[in-house]
Formats: sequence, structure tokens, C-alpha cells
Amino acid sequence: MSADKPDHRLAIVGAGVMGTNIAALAIGHGLPVVLVDVADAVLARARRTVTQKLRHAQLMGALPPGRPHGELMSSTSLDDAADATTIIEAVTELPETKAKVLAGVSAVVRRGTTLISNTSCIPIDEMADWVTRADELVGVHFMNPSYLIKMVEVIRGPRTGEATMAAVSGLLASLGREALVVRDSPGFVINRLLHPLINSAAMLVEQGVASVEVVDGLLEGCLGHSTGPLRTADLIGLDNLADSLNVLYERRADESCRPCELLLTKVREGNLGRKTGRGFYDYGEVPS
Amino acid sequence: MTAEQTIIPVTAEAVEAALVAFLAERIKTEVAPDRDLFSSGLASSMFAMQLVVHLEESYDIAVVGPELKLDNFRTVQAMTGLVLRLRGAADAVGDG
Repeated sequence: MSADKPDHRLAIVGAGVMGTNIAALAIGHGLPVVLVDVADAVLARARRTVTQKLRHAQLMGALPPGRPHGELMSSTSLDDAADATTIIEAVTELPETKAKVLAGVSAVVRRGTTLISNTSCIPIDEMADWVTRADELVGVHFMNPSYLIKMVEVIRGPRTGEATMAAVSGLLASLGREALVVRDSPGFVINRLLHPLINSAAMLVEQGVASVEVVDGLLEGCLGHSTGPLRTADLIGLDNLADSLNVLYERRADESCRPCELLLTKVREGNLGRKTGRGFYDYGEVPS
Repeated sequence: MTAEQTIIPVTAEAVEAALVAFLAERIKTEVAPDRDLFSSGLASSMFAMQLVVHLEESYDIAVVGPELKLDNFRTVQAMTGLVLRLRGAADAVGDG
């Protein structure tokens, strides 16, 4: 470890599945985090979730040994994000929500603060219109669980600056992540491939061609996927998946991205995947 | 969701039998007590954490510090050993 490790301070906006994932990753690597969301009840639940995720990371040997954990603070005010060196936006995949949060964050941070969006599908350059300094915005698509999967997809928007790319690269190194950089496009690489695959898998179930277990079993057993598409969907969260598919469909008019009825029904019924205990699979209980 | 507050006796045989039954229900497989659940692909890293929570709630133990490692959850035998060790430590503290 280098002695001149930069002094990162993170603020994560959005304390849902990905916000708590990234918080656990950062804290477990010794970085202090301010977690921001709209309500104290959400933050109290998020604190418990982060604790469980840190335990999960330790269980799997995914944290650097001997490094003290960073401090977790939480707040309902974006003003408490102002002192961070990097802001990570991890709110719902709805353009109007992201626009509001990014504009708010952009207004309180000083020049030179890296602004990361953990967007699933909305292009970085669309979001660059919502911030004060477009060159400081970059996309980093963390995986779920962020503390177990080392690789991240970094999206360089057409207006993302060199200094921002250097800063994000330094931050990811501090978090023990490896990055592959792609250019801007709806869904980037991973979700442009993965989301229509999941939607098609759900359609096959809807049409009675195969059961959930058989679809996943074939992709796992024959194609070597470590987690089948429908189990992956449950991990992502079916509400987020439907929102992201809509973003892709609206921008690309690709019919394979129009959320299928089975997926929409599950979302309407509140069966959102692992986080609610049931999605395509039944998990028996809410795991964390 | 922990409705079953029945007290499971904490002997190696009882813990092992309860774990085999729990796994049969959750991963739909009857596992031998020495079978590695993770290298065999029967269990995922996500399920590992559910095992931790299940043992903590069923046996009123806290799996923390160096005990919180995957090797303690690889097999029914390893989990049984962990439960007995942590229960033994708790009892010893209680006696003192």
C-alpha cells in the first residue's frame, strides 16, 4: 500500500440496494461515507443493511485484512455531502429523480469534486445537462453485491474530463476494484446485453416454454453463467429492472426491451426480488 | 419470520440433524454432513449469509470476529462445530 494514499471522503446519495452496497464496499476499505436519503426511517434501515453487508463481505474474505473500517454517517440533507471528495448518485432509475438529485448535488459541491452516477441505463451525456460542471461527471456501474464483484464498468461521457477519469481511477484502486472503460450509450455494455436477455428469459416463462428453474438451469449448466438471468433479476430488483428496460426501450425502440407482462405483474404485486423476499424465486425471508 | 421458536437441543447430533433438514428445505438437496456446499455449487455466496443469520437466530449465538469466515459454513459438520464452540463459550461465561 502506498503511503501517499489520497484522502477520499464519499457521499452516497440513495440508500437502496446499490447505495448500501457501495457504502459497505467503501467502509470495508477504510473510506468514510455519508449516506444521504430522504427519510430517517430509510436511513435507519440502511444502516442495518450496511452492517449486514459488511459482515457478508468479511464472511467471504472480500475485505483487505487489518484495515480499520471507515465511519458511516447518514443524513437527510444534501448539504452534508458538500465536504465529500466524491459523490456517488445511486437513486431510482427515473430521469426526473436523477435530474433533481444531480442538480441538487451539483449546486452544493465545490469545483474538483468527482461526481459519479451509478446509472443503470440513462446515458451520462443526458445527465451532464443536469449538472453545473459536465466535465466532472462520470458513470461507474457497480455490480451487486459491489463488495464481492471486483470488476466495474466505467462510462466516459463525451464531456467527461481527463482529471475526472484520473480521479475515478484512483478512487476505484482505493476500493480494490478493477475497471473497464466504455463509451456512452443507453445501457452501456452490460445492461444493453443483460436487460434484454433477462426480459426474454421472463417472456419464455410467461409463454410457458420453460419454468424459471429450467431457463436459469440451461444458462448456468450449458452456457456457464454463474447465476441465471432470472436469479440475477431478483438480485437487481424487478422494479429497477422494469425502470431500466423502459429507459432502454424509450431510447432505442428495441422491442426486446419492452418490459414483459410477467415482470410488470410481479412489480405491481410488490414481489421485487431478493429485497422483498420474493421475485421469480421465493427466498423465504428478507435476507438482510 | 422466525416463528419457530422451538428450542433445539444443542448436541452435535441434534444440530447436525436440524441443519440437514434446513438445507433440504432451502436448497432442495439432502446433503451429507461432510459435503462442501460451496465448492459443489449447491450454495451461493448470498446463501452463505443466510446460513449465518439462521444459526445466530436458532442457537442464540453471535458469529463475529475471526469466526465469521466461509470455512465455518462449508459443511454441516463445520457449522455444527461452530455452534457447539460458540455455545460452549457462552455457557462458560455464564458459569463464571
